Amino acid sequence: MSRVARGLSLVAGGAVSARPSTPAKAGAQTRVSAPLLALRARTGPLPAQGHWDLPRPECSTLSELFAAHPRDGGWAGFLLAQVGTAKPLLWVQDRMAIRESGRIHPPGLPSQNLIHVTARDAKDALWAMEEGVRCAALSAVIGELWGDPRALDFTATRRLAVAAERSGVACWLVRLGGTANLSGARMRWRIASAPSLTHPLDPRAPGLPTWDADLFRARGHPPGRWSLTHEADRFHLVAEHRDRALGEVERLTA
Amino acid sequence: MLTVEGTHGPIIHAVTRAAATRGARPGARLTDARALDPALVALPADPTGDAALVAQLAIWAGRWSPLVEIDGDGLRLDVSGVAHLFGGEAALIEDMRARFAALGLTACIAIAQTPAAAWALARYRGDIPALPVAALRLDPDIVRTLERLGLKTVGALIDLPRLALARRFRGADNVVDALDRMLGRKDEPLTAAPNDPPPRAALRLEEPATHIEAAAQALERLIPRLVRQLEHRHLGARRLTLTGFRVDGSVAEDSVATAIASREPKHLARLLADKAAALNPEFGFDAFALTADWTESLGAAQDSLVEEPSGERDIARLVDRLSVKLGPDHVLRPQAHESHLPERASGWVSAIISSPGGGGGPPKAVEGGLSPARRPLHHAAHGPPPRSGEDQRPSRLLDRPEAIDVIYATPEGVPRRFIWRRAVHDIARVEGPERIAPEWWRQPSSARLRDYYRVEDGAGRRYWIYREGLIGDGRGGLPNWFMHGLFG
Repeated sequence: MSRVARGLSLVAGGAVSARPSTPAKAGAQTRVSAPLLALRARTGPLPAQGHWDLPRPECSTLSELFAAHPRDGGWAGFLLAQVGTAKPLLWVQDRMAIRESGRIHPPGLPSQNLIHVTARDAKDALWAMEEGVRCAALSAVIGELWGDPRALDFTATRRLAVAAERSGVACWLVRLGGTANLSGARMRWRIASAPSLTHPLDPRAPGLPTWDADLFRARGHPPGRWSLTHEADRFHLVAEHRDRALGEVERLTA
Repeated sequence: MLTVEGTHGPIIHAVTRAAATRGARPGARLTDARALDPALVALPADPTGDAALVAQLAIWAGRWSPLVEIDGDGLRLDVSGVAHLFGGEAALIEDMRARFAALGLTACIAIAQTPAAAWALARYRGDIPALPVAALRLDPDIVRTLERLGLKTVGALIDLPRLALARRFRGADNVVDALDRMLGRKDEPLTAAPNDPPPRAALRLEEPATHIEAAAQALERLIPRLVRQLEHRHLGARRLTLTGFRVDGSVAEDSVATAIASREPKHLARLLADKAAALNPEFGFDAFALTADWTESLGAAQDSLVEEPSGERDIARLVDRLSVKLGPDHVLRPQAHESHLPERASGWVSAIISSPGGGGGPPKAVEGGLSPARRPLHHAAHGPPPRSGEDQRPSRLLDRPEAIDVIYATPEGVPRRFIWRRAVHDIARVEGPERIAPEWWRQPSSARLRDYYRVEDGAGRRYWIYREGLIGDGRGGLPNWFMHGLFG
């Protein structure tokens, strides 16, 4: 993360009050081209009014997300911020994922409109995901797999990617405690929780969650690493937490 | 000869033909029968086993008619409109007799206009007027009274004035009623029979099929027939049962449920294919039946002129497929319960049962656990906007809270460091406690309150931990700490 955000001392897009009162959908906003973005992220702060868009695939496809640590649930916030809630969500967890890092808890999720599948093993989970991805009435399919199961090979991921692109249902393959082996996923993220922003009222309490997002492979996007937070339907860059105090002071005075 | 235990020693329950010729009668005492012929062999009867056999035979008898009722030690079938399928009533009786004989059972079969008459004719031979009064299924005391009065046959009763009979026998077991039931003056519906028999398609095979694909092949022919019936009655199937009748009289069946009523052949075939393949033919199937035993009304459906997939139906189909393969217990939708306990408040219900597309609405109990005084206040113009209640709940919950070791400054104070699964987490930020009292109306009185803390460790991972109990609450020793959830 030091490669990217060192020297970034301002919360990008952090001028909360300067934002339009009705923020448009992220997709409708002007996109900063990814190379420019990477350049900016490396060289200096983004202008306070500038939008920053998370790199997204051109169409709904398979994205792979590696949790930095199996006991780190932070990735869920990053993922859910990108998933629509208008249509139901299919969430598949294999048995080991449930045992190791818990079952999803609807009151903590943005939408209650979901179907949860407990799969015996990776094979069943992948089958359920593929069935789900073919169903265009879903907003997204999220599948959590534990470790590096044998059933999860290049063919399986490639099948998911093709099915997702054909039906327009976003598919997220979440890998808990796995290694980044060969995969057909179009975007591959590695997400780690980062110390949260300071709570405006209670400095001892956790504030807005932040993530260290590492896009290590993407079709159509250069890879990059960012420190992010999500607020009011948008992702924002934040200063790396070592510089956090300075950044946040500037943010509050901006 | 079979016996059951009576108040004064063994009583004869059933006799073989040979024993009957030697004077043994059902209902007599064993000692009396032995006095007549000491060579009689008596074995204890097994009424439960008999009942189980009859129950099994009742299912098996579904091969002849959809309406089968277990009636004491016999079976009653409604064969109206069925007999011609088997070549007439006589052929039907022959078929039944042959099938029962193949099972090693001697069946007494009678077809009559009324169930009561059929019951009587199956047990007593002759014309109805010549039958003994016992054929009316009356209480033994009443039968005895009638016989004492010289009324030995049904015919004798028919000749009597109704009014006199009704006045003389006024009890619950009315003689006039029994007579009317037998003569068809009064309806006697088969009680087990639903008014509306479920849509059902049956297929009888010429020869028993022992190969594995038999059921799948039968299914191909059964589904269009069933769908035609469903269409005709404007129904859609919610649960389908595929039954295979084996030659040895046993039955194999399996059923699938659907989330919304459906009668689309392709979808039903897809759901049933696995189940059909799993039916074990053993000695071979000689008949199949596909029954829609749970249906809902479904209008003549065409979505639209252009092919426009309807979301709700697609979801329901997805749920069907997932449930059939993975089991209905593993495909769930959230269902909020009125409870403060997090693990209870966020319940799950099988997706195939819950209304499609419903999704359960907003969770009711979530806000309840959060007392207003504990909720952080956000009135600042800048900074994060006020958190909604859902943000206060973790996105993942462990199925069972795991005990953790916690180091704290003071026993009632905030935690400083905890060890979960042998890894040490230093707590950098903490918010809480949020106190959730035990539900005294449901839990035992020894249940302790919980103080929930949202904690963040040095790496920014956020957890939901709680302390169970307080020091000196009189419900145990030192409070224990548990890990309950992970925030996303």
